[in-house]
Amino acid sequence: MIIIGERINGMFKDIGQAVKERDPKPLQEWAIKQKEGGAHYLDINTGPACEDRVAGMKWMVEVVQEVCDLPLVLDSTNYDAIEAGLELCKKPAMINSCPAERPKIERVFPMAVKHNAKVIGLTMNEKGIPKNAENRVALAMELVAAADEFGLPMEDLFIDPLILPVNVAQDHVPEVLEAIRQVKFLADPAPKTVLGLSNVSQKSPDRPLLNRTYLAMAMACGLDAAIADANDDALMETAASAEVLLNQSIYCDSYVKVFRTR
Amino acid sequence: MAVQLLKERYASEVGTVVLGATKEQGGTRSVSLTVGGEKALPFQHYEGEIPNRPLVAMEVTDVEPNWPAPLKEVLGDVVKDPVAWAKKCVEEWGADLIYVKLDGADPDGANKSPEECAKTVKDILAAVGVPLIVVGSGDVEKDHEVMVKVAEEAAGEKLLLGVAEQENYKSLVAACLGNGHSIIARSPLDINICKQLNILITEMNMPADRIVIDPMIAGLGYGIEYGYSIMERGRMGALQGDKMLAMPLICTVGFEAWRAKEAWASENDFPGWGPQNERGPAWEAMTAGALVQAGADILCMRHPAAVKAVKKNIDQLMERK
Repeated sequence: MIIIGERINGMFKDIGQAVKERDPKPLQEWAIKQKEGGAHYLDINTGPACEDRVAGMKWMVEVVQEVCDLPLVLDSTNYDAIEAGLELCKKPAMINSCPAERPKIERVFPMAVKHNAKVIGLTMNEKGIPKNAENRVALAMELVAAADEFGLPMEDLFIDPLILPVNVAQDHVPEVLEAIRQVKFLADPAPKTVLGLSNVSQKSPDRPLLNRTYLAMAMACGLDAAIADANDDALMETAASAEVLLNQSIYCDSYVKVFRTR
Repeated sequence: MAVQLLKERYASEVGTVVLGATKEQGGTRSVSLTVGGEKALPFQHYEGEIPNRPLVAMEVTDVEPNWPAPLKEVLGDVVKDPVAWAKKCVEEWGADLIYVKLDGADPDGANKSPEECAKTVKDILAAVGVPLIVVGSGDVEKDHEVMVKVAEEAAGEKLLLGVAEQENYKSLVAACLGNGHSIIARSPLDINICKQLNILITEMNMPADRIVIDPMIAGLGYGIEYGYSIMERGRMGALQGDKMLAMPLICTVGFEAWRAKEAWASENDFPGWGPQNERGPAWEAMTAGALVQAGADILCMRHPAAVKAVKKNIDQLMERK
């Protein structure tokens, strides 16, 4: 299970402010803290308030890499910002994200291949997010075909079937699980799968409970990665336990510790 | 239409361990040897590099061993003198390194002092240039004293010392850490304990590149497939990124193979089994041959003919076509 730390995102007030004022401290503190929590990647997002996203992304990538050696997930709808960030990444990065829309695929996939980056492909297009698993998988198939077409290794494609908040779109929640299951049959080797996990609990009380329960369920369906709160101890322990219970990593008494330190 | 071979892509690789230190490296060995480093399953050269060949260590005991007749015959009188024995293993029988078993330390046997044991090790070090593996008699209490002494006396030689077990590893780890040696981590045919023990040892600040796993094995006909599957599972884990299983593997082939009745039983008792002096070494060689296929990096062996056959087998397996 790959945990992508979600915290270095301009949507959070402290990071948004820090990006605006070019104050590296909050970003660097969160980078270290998330690594200590057990994150394997760090998501980097300038946030909507950032005026020059290219410059913002470059600055964020640089200051985070000064203190942390984790690979980065460059998170933006501005592909020039992502490309500028990729130029600076010391380790192969991940692009977050690309919907199943032809012009965007043509922009993102060649850029990923050039920079040896992975791609998060969203099961949505101009029409929005499908209601059921079947249509999510149909869009995933377009992304799988694109990976094949542009020469992106299938293991480097992470399909995100887009989870919506349970208190807004409850019927979507099991459909996403089914989509994760079916995506695994689209190719051999199969594409990977990822979720923006915290979205499932937006505006609900006791968000960590919903997050970790859904994580365990999704892992049983084949989920490979989650953009999540790496400092939620119970969540990380759930991920470690699920990995062992699914026989994905070899059991030992210190399995939780191993999960966090690898 | 051309058939495209599907190749596995592994996320990680097996770590390496360096055995023996030359003069420049602070020891007195004429060679230092590297084991491990596999980037694919054993000998799958087309999927990843297999940079280091498996090594054969020949077993030498510090007191005359009570081994079956075919071994005694071929080894001859040198078994009375560990130094001469070690020399012959290297010079005549092609041992890559020497596996010294300090059986003489056993309180129920010769009960040699730690000083005597350390002297034997020093004498062997003086007589041969290859790296050494040294293990105690198996008596937990006594081995504490003996191995600490050996570690101190041979400081800087980069010995491989054994054996650490889940209930009993701290003093040996400390002795290895302080004197620059590497350690054998032994688990009883149990992948979970194997991983846990490696974690415990690394928690004492022992670098992972100074640990060799002894998964314990069984001889051919006595459950070798169980050992094989444990080794295979651990190696798959290592290649998929499990750092706490990514150490080279050592197997006590000679010990296990010669415990098999098929190896030691006399021709008089079992005329149908054929000549004993062929059967025993064949049993040992077959055991070793199976285990290199499972990922063994160091084979501890006894019979020169078995060693010769296995080294030839390894040569062939290491050929890249």
